[in-house]
Amino acid sequence: MSRRKLRMSQLIRNVVAYLESRFLFSALLEFGKKKKVPEHKYSFWYYFGGLCLFLFGVQVITGILLLLYYTPSVDAAHESILFIMSQVKFGWLIRSVHSWTANILVGAIFIHMFSTFFLKAYRPPRDLTWISGFFLLVLFLAFGFSGYLLPWNELSFFATRVGTDIAGVVPFIGKALKTFILGGPEVSGATLSRFFWLHVAVLPAFALVLLGIHIFLVQVLGMSKPIGISKTKEISFFPTFILKDALVWLLVLTAIGVICVFLPWEIGQKADPFASTPIGIKPEWYFTFMFTTLKIVPAHIFSLEGEVLAILGFMLGGLLWMLVPYLDRRAGREMKSPAFSIAGAIILLYIIVMTALTYLAPRI
Amino acid sequence: MKENREGSKKRTQSRLFSVFTLSLLLTLPFSLLGQKNSCLECHRELDEQSLRAPVDGFATDVHRQFGLGCQDCHGGNPLQDDVELAKDKSFRGAPGKAKVPEFCGSCHSNSEYMRRFNPNVRVDQLQTYWTSKHGELLRKGDTNVAVCTDCHGVHGIQASNFPKSSTFAWNIPETCGRCHSNQEVMKTYGIPVNQVSDYKQSVHATALFDKKDLSAPVCNDCHGNHGAAPPQVASIAFVCRQCHPSAGDLFTQSPHKAVFDELGISECEACHGNHKILAPTDEMLAGGSNDVCSQCHDAGTKPHETGVEMKRKLSDYVSAFQSAEDVLASAEKQGVEVSEPRFKLQEASTALILVRNLTHGLALADMEAKLAEGDKVISEVKTLGGAALKEARFRKTGLVIATVFIFLLALALYFKIRELQSKEKS
Repeated sequence: MSRRKLRMSQLIRNVVAYLESRFLFSALLEFGKKKKVPEHKYSFWYYFGGLCLFLFGVQVITGILLLLYYTPSVDAAHESILFIMSQVKFGWLIRSVHSWTANILVGAIFIHMFSTFFLKAYRPPRDLTWISGFFLLVLFLAFGFSGYLLPWNELSFFATRVGTDIAGVVPFIGKALKTFILGGPEVSGATLSRFFWLHVAVLPAFALVLLGIHIFLVQVLGMSKPIGISKTKEISFFPTFILKDALVWLLVLTAIGVICVFLPWEIGQKADPFASTPIGIKPEWYFTFMFTTLKIVPAHIFSLEGEVLAILGFMLGGLLWMLVPYLDRRAGREMKSPAFSIAGAIILLYIIVMTALTYLAPRI
Repeated sequence: MKENREGSKKRTQSRLFSVFTLSLLLTLPFSLLGQKNSCLECHRELDEQSLRAPVDGFATDVHRQFGLGCQDCHGGNPLQDDVELAKDKSFRGAPGKAKVPEFCGSCHSNSEYMRRFNPNVRVDQLQTYWTSKHGELLRKGDTNVAVCTDCHGVHGIQASNFPKSSTFAWNIPETCGRCHSNQEVMKTYGIPVNQVSDYKQSVHATALFDKKDLSAPVCNDCHGNHGAAPPQVASIAFVCRQCHPSAGDLFTQSPHKAVFDELGISECEACHGNHKILAPTDEMLAGGSNDVCSQCHDAGTKPHETGVEMKRKLSDYVSAFQSAEDVLASAEKQGVEVSEPRFKLQEASTALILVRNLTHGLALADMEAKLAEGDKVISEVKTLGGAALKEARFRKTGLVIATVFIFLLALALYFKIRELQSKEKS
């Protein structure tokens, strides 16, 4: 080994020792090596949690890059997106990755949530992990809703109008809530500023805190074993599970790349507030099951307004869903709880059917 | 004293109440009579459909909306229940067909009267009607011709800006066609009956019915409405120029103008036809499949050859334009944003429209100059389109390289995981 190489390796050792004495990496690595992840026939679903984290990271990086050129004003928002897509080097890729990943992320969160539900991984002591995950879902839906308007195109403009109209129907607070969301009575420049503020400042701050809590709980409590599976193989969290996670991430990243090259996210026509609402306007796919429900619900049910009742139903449903760790007592006692599995399957089927109906029978 | 005062106060109140009640009872029959219309009441009960029709029609009639009643046209007293009394001295009844123009004109030609309802309304309808072919023939005693009621209806008359009105733009062809498409009616006058069917195939009808463009011309825009008459050869050009002034000006400057005037050929109609004016195409130029130049110029003659040259230049330009558009469409299909070159291509499209219009002036040099401007734009767009296609190729190549790299990385990870798992097992 030459003297130069020796000097270099000595330097690296010194730097590592310096950082080690301050950050105690070896303790973290030791924790990772000692921490075990169960391996069984349902372990596949574990990877969706890590995938969500990875996709969130992609969103943060691409979002920060988009901020370099995006201008949140009625006069320039659409134009800046056009500029990003046509003039900025790799702008089309960054924006397409951001938009596609946003949708894939919401899909991954739904899968992660339902897999957690069906494997009953919410049972105490992982109840708070479930609840923090529930709030993360709400946060990411808000991310999606606020981000959708930012390009200020025709579809997003009118979808926001429809979405906020629905918020306006919420009993007692609806009108005030709608005005607060919109920053006025109508979708306008104030709404765009507000959504931008929400999308890049408020929601990320809450998401980081909640994500921190969620990951901390997962690390402290470890992965849950499904009920009835007592003896399982185990693999080390680090490096085996992390490397398996990374493998999934790489495959998903490739898929996103292929989608973005062949189907870059569209820009659409600039929003015209004076134009009439285009026919068949609908919100982002993950809101469509609620949207279609509101469309088919009867105008009046027992002398109450059907729409209001449906919104109250969704709110109550969400609350019960969040509290499921405390409702499913049998699972808490490590006993199978088929009633909850059936209820979850019905809810999942309902979401799938209603979402499919939105696209297959738009005139419903 | 106090009791007396209170008693007198009560008496006064009681008297006032009696006066009020009495006056109410006395005025009630009059107020009821004010709403009475015995004409409608009786006609509603009549057995004959033609006599019942005015009741239904009048419900939506524009005259009713302005507060007019049966008596305003027909006279009589609608307050009377008895038929004989209702048809008093003022009763005029229904006019015979020959009298209809004067009957309607008695109000519609009276500017002082009409001003009460609309200060801007025209009052020359009757005057212009007598100048129309319909009016001329009516004066000669022909009662088969159209009078006011034939176009506007009788009791269900609606304002012509009301979409259901028979005189609203998109209903006019049908209204005129009721007579002019009727072989029986028209054979007396020796007029063909294909005008409406021809019109429906025209570019004007497409604009009106398909694009709902109410500014597109219908029968009355060229022939006049109350003064309807076929435009004479000399006036056709002026009729078309109402909407196409630029083409008209170019034609006036062209060598065709003097010759057409000399030969008595109607200008626009000679090439474009009249009722069945189809969307003009380059094929109308010399050498095209619908060569209108050959009507006057034999193939091989100098004027015809000039037309052939015009068509060739236009065809070349259209091909170049189409190829630029294809490049952009291909790039767009591959996901590259091309809205800017597409916007630029609109300049070339505008040049094409201008050049096509210039054919009316027969000025080849002007056309060539404009085509050169458009060619320059097309060339720029093609360059931008080429760059967009190059970008699409770059993206695909980049994707392949990145995918191969990620795949290798994934493969390495896979083997590492296997190695780790076998170590953990042992």
